[in-house]
Amino acid sequence: MRKLVNLQPTKLQTLILGALPFIAVILIYLVASDLRLQENPKDKLLPAFSTMGETLLRLTTEESRRTGDIIFWGDTFASLERMAMGVGISALIALLFGLAQGSFPLVRAKLSPFTTAIAMVPPMAMLPVLFIVFGLGELSKVVLIIIGITPFLIRDLQQRVQELPEEQWIKAQTLGANSWQLMTRMVLPQMMPRLIDAVRLSMGAAWLFLIAAEAIAANEGLGYRIFLVRRYMAMDTILPYVAWITVLAICADQLLRQINRRVFPWYQK
Amino acid sequence: MTVRLVTEKPPHFLEFKRVGKRYGDSVVLENINTQVKKGEFITMVGASGCGKSTFLKMLSGQEQATRGVCLMEGQPISEEPDVNRGIVFQKYSVFPHLNVLENVILGLELESTSLTGRLFGKLFGAARKAALEEAATLLEKVGLDHAMHKYPHELSGGMQQRLAIAQALIKKPKVLLLDEPFGALDPGIRADMHQLILELWEETGTTIFMVTHDITEGFYLGTRLWVFDKVRNDPTHPHAWGATITYDLPIGVTSKNLHDDIRHDVNLTSRHQDEQLVS
Repeated sequence: MRKLVNLQPTKLQTLILGALPFIAVILIYLVASDLRLQENPKDKLLPAFSTMGETLLRLTTEESRRTGDIIFWGDTFASLERMAMGVGISALIALLFGLAQGSFPLVRAKLSPFTTAIAMVPPMAMLPVLFIVFGLGELSKVVLIIIGITPFLIRDLQQRVQELPEEQWIKAQTLGANSWQLMTRMVLPQMMPRLIDAVRLSMGAAWLFLIAAEAIAANEGLGYRIFLVRRYMAMDTILPYVAWITVLAICADQLLRQINRRVFPWYQK
Repeated sequence: MTVRLVTEKPPHFLEFKRVGKRYGDSVVLENINTQVKKGEFITMVGASGCGKSTFLKMLSGQEQATRGVCLMEGQPISEEPDVNRGIVFQKYSVFPHLNVLENVILGLELESTSLTGRLFGKLFGAARKAALEEAATLLEKVGLDHAMHKYPHELSGGMQQRLAIAQALIKKPKVLLLDEPFGALDPGIRADMHQLILELWEETGTTIFMVTHDITEGFYLGTRLWVFDKVRNDPTHPHAWGATITYDLPIGVTSKNLHDDIRHDVNLTSRHQDEQLVS
């Protein structure tokens, strides 16, 4: 008998073992929900799948009486827009500063300690400041994502630039590259896939900041909705929304992963 | 009427005058005095830490001498790497994000003087076509014409080094620096690479400096062999004395006794250093 650490699962076993926790969670929920509903058919805590389905159908098809929009899609669109803007702007800023700090010792000496200090400011503590400065509109939510993830992205990218082998810098200079060409032909192209990797890592934090900002002040958005219906203990809305946010997060992650694979075939982990 | 002929002696191609290098209190190299003619192929051997690589770095502009001067064609060597000195390292010499052809053509793209060339380092139109042809010819010479569109990670170690050599040679550097370029290769591949580098050297007539750990390789390649070693060694202050060129031999000297002497000296220094590390 081999040792446990040397046992490799077959393909089928991998599939089954991977699916098992999902099935287990669903089964436990089904049983628990059923038990509670038998006791009290009006129980809101663990709604049946059928109830959640009905609610979801209503949210995805019926127009809101107040705005005329379809609530579910309106929320999704609003949140994704904030997310895309926040993450996109953060990535751009990070590219600019990360590259400069990684490549130029002079810039690094000046800005690195500052970035490190900024990265230590708890972004959530800044949220009131943002609301005061930028108002309760879209801007403050986007800015919260930006100040939440940009310091991490900058520091990560600076690290990646500094990890480029010294040999490459020398070689490129012997081929006639000036500082600008070193950036455009050597550093930038090699940093793009690394930036996407860093963005993938920071997405979890970005969702956290988005939902927190929406919970506190918004008119629509996925985070706004779940905090709104919390008052009515509307678990039949909250649970499908949480599942939907999870699906969106997984899709965004996979999308970025695929971009990295397709666009940068040389980038092998 | 008297005619006075002013005969000014042309400067040596490369000249080193009392060159030394120290980092803080530790002396790495001292008192290097020598000249190099154009087209020489110099191999450099010695124990680890005896300054071969430091010397190469001073040649490339990565490091500056702390004493004395290094002159190229009568002028002090530039203090940062430039197109006069091509280089091939043991690894990481090629760019992983460019395929074989792009890696070679890069040198031509970077030198272009057009605005787009300076901004983006790219060539367009006829200039690009000419560059592509030049690169293809060179790649054929180093035996990579069948792999032009592969990325470096798809190549073997030997092929990567062939690529690195082609990439450096397309700039027609005055000096080609090789820092243990074949150190990580299998013996069979190594022999092929020796053949290749000798062919390219004869064809281009460029001056080559090569660091190697392998004394046999040092004697096989090249026209001149330098041994870097410490002349004096203070056991209590191991870094008080630096290394210098202890043997400067024209290749063709194949006395077995001499080879054994060099090997003995170099090994002795290596062991000395090991013992000092341990104690």
